[in-house]
Amino acid sequence: MKKTFTDLHFRLNVKDPAATLLMINKVATLGYRLIAVPFAPETREGEVSKLRAICNKAEIDFASRIDLRPRTQDELMHQLRRLRRKFEVVCIVCENKAVARQAAKDRRVDLLNFPLLDFRRRFFDRAEAELASNSLAAFEIDVRTMLVLEGPARIRLLSSLRREVAIAKEFHVPIVVSSGAAEERFLRRPREMAALAFLFGLDEASALKAVTHNPVAIVKRNREKLSSKFVAPGIRVVKEGKDC
Amino acid sequence: MKRVKRRYLALQIDIDGAPSRKEFMDAVWSAVVKLYGEYGASLTSLVLIDYVSEKKTAVIRTSLATLDLVRASLASITCLADRDAAVHVLAVSGTIKALCKTLKLS
Repeated sequence: MKKTFTDLHFRLNVKDPAATLLMINKVATLGYRLIAVPFAPETREGEVSKLRAICNKAEIDFASRIDLRPRTQDELMHQLRRLRRKFEVVCIVCENKAVARQAAKDRRVDLLNFPLLDFRRRFFDRAEAELASNSLAAFEIDVRTMLVLEGPARIRLLSSLRREVAIAKEFHVPIVVSSGAAEERFLRRPREMAALAFLFGLDEASALKAVTHNPVAIVKRNREKLSSKFVAPGIRVVKEGKDC
Repeated sequence: MKRVKRRYLALQIDIDGAPSRKEFMDAVWSAVVKLYGEYGASLTSLVLIDYVSEKKTAVIRTSLATLDLVRASLASITCLADRDAAVHVLAVSGTIKALCKTLKLS
């Protein structure tokens, strides 16, 4: 079966249509079949559908994504209540431990992301992984930072990513490798992303899973939940009417 | 002595302008050395087989044992001859003949 290569963190400047079109065409030529673009919480449906149309033209599937940066657990819960049903992928950028723990527990959260440059605020430890393994959250890694950094900063980043990936594997937390790219020069082919994942200890099969199966599963699950026919996990309306 | 297995990689360079052969190989070696050090780089047996400046394509050879290492290094290239660049792997094969066949098919 043909793999659906996915980039769940593809940052686009939606206000610049020419650059957006160029980037989407580039992504299509690189071999991606599904991308997720983060939007601001107050984004109107019109903007999302406009981008969806551009992606459809380039024969790429598109998913809307929101990146939340709550400062407290209450703020997280409030934002999730308000925005969960509006976006197909919800990512929490965990800037403190309390938020990280709550996000890992919550089944409405799809992705857990941690500030890549501040090593003291990377809270993906064994406790976090255990909570995430009981919910649906996946651990997201952006390769962009790895490409930008050099020298000791990159060494430190790779070392902490290697430790976190080992923990995620131990607790069976799905790993998603995304580009996090906003510029063309940081775009890589899916297999190159998998090759970069080799640097933090993912073997070829797991790395390919992190750019195909794991992100696709998140989008598929959420699309099912957001569909009007969804009742509960495993139950959906097949037919409606008097003859049922 | 056991025969060393090799792999040939067809590469596409994504850059404005056409870098020279030397500039390209300098960038590749620099990426390998940055990520794996001089000892790691010495294990790769990296050789430039072909380079077409106009088409911005190249074929390099490496040992099979260090293929992952070389692929990661190539993916980490962001700058070539002081210009923003990316190096994409188009195909990997065990022989040049098969590599050409794969490229023609794709």
